[in-house]
Amino acid sequence: MLRKWAVRHEREQATSVGALATTRSDRGTRDPLIEFESVTLAYGRGESAVRALDKTSIKIGEGDFVALVGPSGCGKSTILKLVGGLISATTGYVFVAGREVGAEDVRIGMAFQNPTLLPWLTVRQNVMLPLKIVQPFRSGWGSKRKTEYRDRAEALLAQVGLSGFGDKHPWQLSGGMQQRASLCRALIHDPTLLLLDEPFGALDQFTREELWAVLQELWLTRKPTVILVTHDLRESAFLANRIVVMSARPGRVLEDETVPFERPRNIAMTYDAAFVALNQRLRSLIVEVRAGSEVSLGAAA
Amino acid sequence: MMAKLRQKAASIALILGFFVFWELACLALGVSDIILPRPSQVFYTLFSRWPAIMPHAAQTLYTTLVGFAIGVAIGVCLGALIGSSKIAYDTAYPLLVGFSSTPKIAVVPIFVLWFGAGTVPAILTSIAISIFPVVVNVSTGLATTEPELEDVLRTLKARKLDILWNVGLPRAMPYFFASLKVAVTLAFVGTVLAETVASNRGIGNMMMIASSTFNVPLVFAGLFVLATLGICLYVGFSLTEKHFTGWANRKSEIVTV
Repeated sequence: MLRKWAVRHEREQATSVGALATTRSDRGTRDPLIEFESVTLAYGRGESAVRALDKTSIKIGEGDFVALVGPSGCGKSTILKLVGGLISATTGYVFVAGREVGAEDVRIGMAFQNPTLLPWLTVRQNVMLPLKIVQPFRSGWGSKRKTEYRDRAEALLAQVGLSGFGDKHPWQLSGGMQQRASLCRALIHDPTLLLLDEPFGALDQFTREELWAVLQELWLTRKPTVILVTHDLRESAFLANRIVVMSARPGRVLEDETVPFERPRNIAMTYDAAFVALNQRLRSLIVEVRAGSEVSLGAAA
Repeated sequence: MMAKLRQKAASIALILGFFVFWELACLALGVSDIILPRPSQVFYTLFSRWPAIMPHAAQTLYTTLVGFAIGVAIGVCLGALIGSSKIAYDTAYPLLVGFSSTPKIAVVPIFVLWFGAGTVPAILTSIAISIFPVVVNVSTGLATTEPELEDVLRTLKARKLDILWNVGLPRAMPYFFASLKVAVTLAFVGTVLAETVASNRGIGNMMMIASSTFNVPLVFAGLFVLATLGICLYVGFSLTEKHFTGWANRKSEIVTV
């Protein structure tokens, strides 16, 4: 397994030196929605810089559902932040819809690890916030915010089990409920690209499984492109079409697994032999990387 | 609810008690009204001379509010400018601290020198004195906004102005109102001082003239007027503050399902 990774890594380095055009056209006909070309990201400068990502190249097709898994601090969240345009790459390129990130015309919805609801707004106002900012909804904000947009927000809140909580303030809700509201905010403007940073991490197992079903339903009906960062391997195998396993810091792509299971998937399926086997394989892979990183840390000290 | 009422009643009783004590102490010790007039004398003067006091009070209120309003407007703009970027905040902060710790009272003679006696120096003093609390608070409120909250809007490709309007300013509101309450009381200090030094109108001027003729009850009447005006404005801002920043003073009422 490790040798395979080393070979792939060498090949990546080789392509990153080559011309951009060759790298972008060598993978079939349809242009991917998201493309990372040998992206390195370092937080901080000089001696104290921490490299979160190292020459990572990923392609994600339109309408795909990709889960990023890996040990803590492997740069999963960094990838989301790069795609969302919150940080920019130290070296390398991030393309979204064929243009460099930030210049693209793609509606993005993002849910973070923390609910990050604005405390001075009610839950409904928080959910409606993207409609106030993003076109084409922005133009209708003045006329529709009390009717159509309000109903839209209520419908979404009801879908995640929060009907009747629209007029509450975020701090009046439990952590799990805040997280659900934040998920609604990521979805309200019908994004074509959905970035989810461990959105279910703080929820109990039953709520989590409930929301998996909601998210799957949503993906099947609207077909947005989804990148989901998660620690939960069951979650990744249940929801995603593709699971990308990252190595320990600095993060690299270690394994790119296609999830073969039929849709729609149900919770019972997560106890099937094939599903469990996939989980176990991913788990042992991550355990291996973690062990590797601990050894190298020990050697450095 | 009962506890709140009781607390209010106690506050009122204390204020009344203060005046009663003052009255009785003056009577018992036989203090001359040229040294310290009794509250009853002050109130009598206030009502009997009200037609004469009124224009001065109006002038002072007008000068203070104009200066305060301009000062707050400039303060918010400067604060938004300084607080919107980390570099601007770090660069401007030392200068800001320098300005705000200079006694603004000391610039009154300069204003008089530039603009002569009258309303203008009073307004300028009131502006100068009310700008800095607002600038410091608004810029601090903006500069300490959690980046996570801004990220929510940045992923939506919001413009800088959108972020300021939807996250920065609401977040800075509690800071802003705290500074308003400080600024409005300071604005009175500025106005009255400028009136005392160089003006022919306003409560400050009236008190000046009254003290030179040893009309001490009138001096105290001026003081009472100032206190009342100050309290009214303070209360006004407190009520507005409660309306706008209730979220920052929440009680722990958690709803769960």
